[in-house]
Formats: sequence, structure tokens, C-alpha cells
Amino acid sequence: MILLKLLKSDRSGTFMLALLLLTTLVVPICNLLLPESSSLHISTYTMTLLGKYLCYALLAVAVDLVWGYLGILSLGHGAFFALGGYAMGMYLMRQIGSRGTYGHPVLPDFMVFLNWQELPWFWHGFNWFWFAMLMVVLVPGLLALVFGWLAFRSRVTGVYLSIMTQALTYALLLAFFRNEMGFGGNNGLTDFKDILGFSLQSDHTRAGLFIASATALGLGYLSCLYITRSRLGRVCTAIRDQEDRTRFTGYRVEHFKLWIFTFSAMLAGIAGALYVPQAGIINPGEFAPLASIEIVIWVAVGGRATLYGAVAGALMVNYAKSYLTAAMPDAWLFALGGLFVLVTLLLPRGVTGLLRKKEVTR
Amino acid sequence: MSMLESIRSVMRRDEVFEFLVPDTPPDLDLTHGIILYLEGINVSFDGFKAINDLNLYIDDGELRCIIGPNGAGKTTMMDIITGKTRADSGSAWFGQHINLLKMDEPEIAAAGIGRKFQKPTVFEHHPVIENLELAMGGDKGVWTTLTARLNGEQRDRIDEILTIIGLQEQHNKQAGSLSHGQKQWLEIGMLLIQNPKLLLVDEPAAGMTHQEMERTAELLTSLAGNHTVIVVEHDMDFVRSIAKKVSVLHQGSVLAEGTMDDIQNDQRVIEVYLGS
Ligand SMILES: Nc1ncnc2c1ncn2[C@@H]1O[C@H](COP(=O)(O)OP(=O)(O)OP(=O)(O)O)[C@@H](O)[C@H]1O
Ligand SMILES: [Mg+2]
Repeated sequence: MILLKLLKSDRSGTFMLALLLLTTLVVPICNLLLPESSSLHISTYTMTLLGKYLCYALLAVAVDLVWGYLGILSLGHGAFFALGGYAMGMYLMRQIGSRGTYGHPVLPDFMVFLNWQELPWFWHGFNWFWFAMLMVVLVPGLLALVFGWLAFRSRVTGVYLSIMTQALTYALLLAFFRNEMGFGGNNGLTDFKDILGFSLQSDHTRAGLFIASATALGLGYLSCLYITRSRLGRVCTAIRDQEDRTRFTGYRVEHFKLWIFTFSAMLAGIAGALYVPQAGIINPGEFAPLASIEIVIWVAVGGRATLYGAVAGALMVNYAKSYLTAAMPDAWLFALGGLFVLVTLLLPRGVTGLLRKKEVTR
Repeated sequence: MSMLESIRSVMRRDEVFEFLVPDTPPDLDLTHGIILYLEGINVSFDGFKAINDLNLYIDDGELRCIIGPNGAGKTTMMDIITGKTRADSGSAWFGQHINLLKMDEPEIAAAGIGRKFQKPTVFEHHPVIENLELAMGGDKGVWTTLTARLNGEQRDRIDEILTIIGLQEQHNKQAGSLSHGQKQWLEIGMLLIQNPKLLLVDEPAAGMTHQEMERTAELLTSLAGNHTVIVVEHDMDFVRSIAKKVSVLHQGSVLAEGTMDDIQNDQRVIEVYLGS
């Protein structure tokens, strides 16, 4: 019932979800069941690439929720994505067991290399999948909660808040680069073998991860849709447009910001966790300030405050990125910068804004 | 409290935990017939004294007009009452028991003080009806709003307010597309739907046509009695049409108080207005 009502309120989003459902069914079938000689066969590489795009799309939806609907321009969501990724990476490292290069039964290779004798306390528990999954949402969520509590309570807004989020992700970048931190330094975590007992090299596992990513995107999208269509969502846009008025109307603006920001960070963490087994590596590069800015560009390109625009933007920009970095490796950053300028100047409502304009005139 | 006792109080099953009890302000106590006391309030911005030993008492159910030249501190006074600006010294009481200086904006709003800004501020991207829905009284916590739905009674209340502010026909229009005067009304409607005891209305007639102004005057006078209304206004004709009692603010303190006629014959007031 609720679902139907939600979908009715978001026709473009429903179309996108239907497309997503179709892809979720077709891509694994084309990969697993069709022979490689078939022209419809989809390679495992392509499927994994698409799976990663879906993770990015979920990340973009998370950013759109706080930026598009609440007006908080977070330039640090890459940090939550990376933390979720690291939590998953730690689980995957523990699954390697004694199959590492040094063959140590417990310690990951990089710890043996650093001459560590025992597992640091914060690595305990990550051998359990459920524990790692809990950390995937709890760690980014807690960080967002603490950061948000400090920032929103003292009413930091606008550019200052954006700069603080950049500083947050940069600080984490520096911290995770250090070998002593115990997260593999600048190499990060890699050489994963299997997940829940399934080999990460097998096509079936890859297909499973693809389906999991698509499902996470679908559910994440729907939960954000539910929020934005509720009165809570209307309070959020009210805060975005007239923060003072909202406060004088009796809403505790900082609580609203805090909970939405935290929820969004958790979604970003889930996206990161699904990304890592498909990418095969997580390293501090994910904390780079530029990475977080890129996410915002996806959302801007797609069209903010629409949710489906964020998905479309993430897919389009990342497809362009894959294409351009292969064709002209040096040109990518210029293309990205140019794209951002163009979209800001010419398409303030993003690419999906073009469609919406048509909807209105029709 | 000893540790044992505090553990016991946590374990008690006949009460909810302390942090779960909603912090409702104490009830408004109007035993002395005065709803707002401002006493000896001082505010300075970087050494500039915007409010200077301000004393003001507002009776329950009164409609009070506040006039004064630009920069007299009228808006700043409202900022203090509603918690936007902190007073350097002085006291502000709402009724006998509620200390406004210790509260923040949402608390003050919940206690029953509504405010219209000098520049009309409505939620421009929301339809008129949603503006009213958002403003409506009730629990305004994060989780309640997630699942909140309008019930029949609330819909009726919204309709009632729409009739009062004369925006029934525009109820589905984006607030941003309303005329200036209509926005002013919508904002007043947003105050009314919160059921405030005290309304602070900053320049309600600004940018209104003569007709609109008359209707606004009617609206405000009809509110007095059930509500207490403080109106800040520059337009003297407008003030004359609604005011029983007028306070003149000048350089952050009350210069004169009385009926409109008293005020207009007051030598100091004439000087201030002619001087500016
Ligand atoms: N946040 C602030 N920082 C510095 N100065 C301020 C601030 N707010 C108000 N002032 C100054 O305090 C004085 C009183 O301002 P206020 O807005 O209260 O006047 P007003 O009586 O409402 O005037 P108007 O009729 O123009 O609305 C003005 O000189 C203004 O410049
Ligand atoms: Mg003013």
C-alpha cells in the first residue's frame, strides 16, 4: 500500500526502479547462462563494473538526501563510503586466514610485514560477517552523529560546514595513510579471497554481489523516497529554504539535520561495503577530498533534490569516467571540471531537469 | 542521590526514563493579567547599543502597536523575545513563570509565542496548504514527523485558517508564487495555526495595497482578545486604525506610551520623528 503510493508520487523514479529490476535480472543471466560466444553475453568484468556503478549510485542518493533536500553540502561523504568499505575490507582480510603470502593463521600480511605480534583490538570481531556488517553502518553512523552533533548544535552552516566536511575526510585520509593505524597504510586492504565462503573470483559470487548492490540501491532509494515524501521530508526542504522560519515554527532544526545526516552516512557506508569486494581493494585514496567532491558533481549533473537524478548522474558521470580515463587518461579531471561548470551554468536542475521541463509543458 | 537510588529510579517500571519525558515548558501563568514582562534589557552589537534599558509590559489579550524610527530596535526586541538574539542583561518573562532568556527558538515557539518576520518568510517551494501543515501545533520531533498524517480534525483546522486569511482559492498554489500581501497573510496564518498566546507581528502592512491593508487591520483586531498581539508598524494610518495603546521606541528604549492621540501630541515624539 505505502509502496504503491510512494511509487505513484515519483513516476520517473518508478521507471528507473523498473529499469533497475530488469538489469538485476538480465545482467546475471546474460553473464552466467549465455555462452561467451553469444553476442548477448555480458562479461564478468562488465558486470562487476556495473555493480560498482550501482554502489556509486547509492552513494549519490545518500548525498542527494542531505544536499538536495536538506541543503547541507557535504563534501565529505566519501569518508563514510570509505569507512563502510574498510569495515567490509577488514572482514574480507580476516577471511583470508592462513592463505596470505606469509601464511600467518590470524594476522593479515601487512601486519606480519610490520612485525606485529597480535591482532590490534579493533580488528577483533571482524571475522564474523554479522559483526562486520554491523560496523559497516555503525562506524559511519557514529562518526556522522558526533560530527553532526558538534557542527549542527553550534549552527555551522553553508560554506563553513562544507569546509569542515572536507577537513574531516582529509584528516581521515592522513590517518589511514599511516602504517601504525593498522589499516594497511597506503596500500590499504586487498588480495581478498572469499566472502561468506564463496570465492570472489567466481562468476556466481560476482553475480551475487551485483544483485546485492542493485537491491541495496533499490531499498536505499525507496527509504529515501519514503523520507522525502513524508512530513519529515517537507520539514527538511523547509529547513533548506528557510531555516529560521522552521526554527520559529517550533522545529529543532539541529535534530533534523543530525538524524538525516547520520542516516545518509549509513547509506554511504553500505554503498562502500558493497563496492569493496567488487573493486577488490580499499585504500586511503577513497578518503581523498577530491573523491567527495566528485560525488557532489554526480548529483549536480543528474539534478539535485530528485533522487532519481542522483542515480542517473552517478551512472552517467562514472560511465564517462571509465570511458575517458581509458581513452585519454590526462583529460578526465579537465572533463570533470568542465562538466561541473557547464552544468552549474546551463543546467542548474541537472540533466533530469531537461526531462522535467518537458513534463511541465506537456 | 546515592548510586543505589539512581539505579532504582532507572529500574522503576511505573515511570518512563527521564530523558524520554518531553520537556514541555511550564504552563503559562497569567494571574496578574500581564503576559509579557521585559525589564532592563540591554543588547549591544560590537559596542553599539541597539537596546538600552528597555522596559515593556504587555497585558493579556491586548493589541499593542510599537512604532519608532528606523534602527530604533523594534526588530531586535522581537529577536530577544523569540530567542534569536541573546540579551546582555535584563529579564524577559512570559507570564509569571516562563523565563524566555533561558530558552531557544523552538522552545519559545512551543511555549506559545509566534512571530512574523519583517520580510515575509514562508516556505516558498511548498504549497500554501503544506505551509500551514508544517506550522501546525503538535509534536514536532523527528520521528513523529516521519509518520505524521493529517487527520480530519487537522484538515478542518487548516480550512478554518485558510478562510481567516482568505487564501482558500490559493491553497494548492506554491507559496513562492503568491503576491507580497498574500505571503504576509500566509505567514500570519502560519502563526495562528500554532495557537500561540502571543503574536509578534513585524511590519505586516509593508508592501500592501490600501485594500489589503484594511483587511489586515481587520484580521489583527479580530485576533486581539483571544490572543495577545504586538504589532510593529511604520504606516501611521495603519497604526491609527488598529491601535488602542502605542509604545514609541527610540534608540533602544521606550520613549513614550499611550493612546495614538497622546503620542502624536507628545513633544519628544514629535522631535524624534521630525529629527529623523
Ligand atoms: N545582528 C546585528 N549585528 C549588528 N547590528 C545589528 C544587528 N541587528 C540589528 N543591528 C542594529 O541594531 C539597530 C536596531 O535594529 P532593528 O532592526 O532592531 O531596528 P528596527 O527598529 O527594526 O528598524 P526598522 O524600522 O528599519 O526595521 C540598527 O542600528 C541595526 O543596524
Ligand atoms: Mg525592523
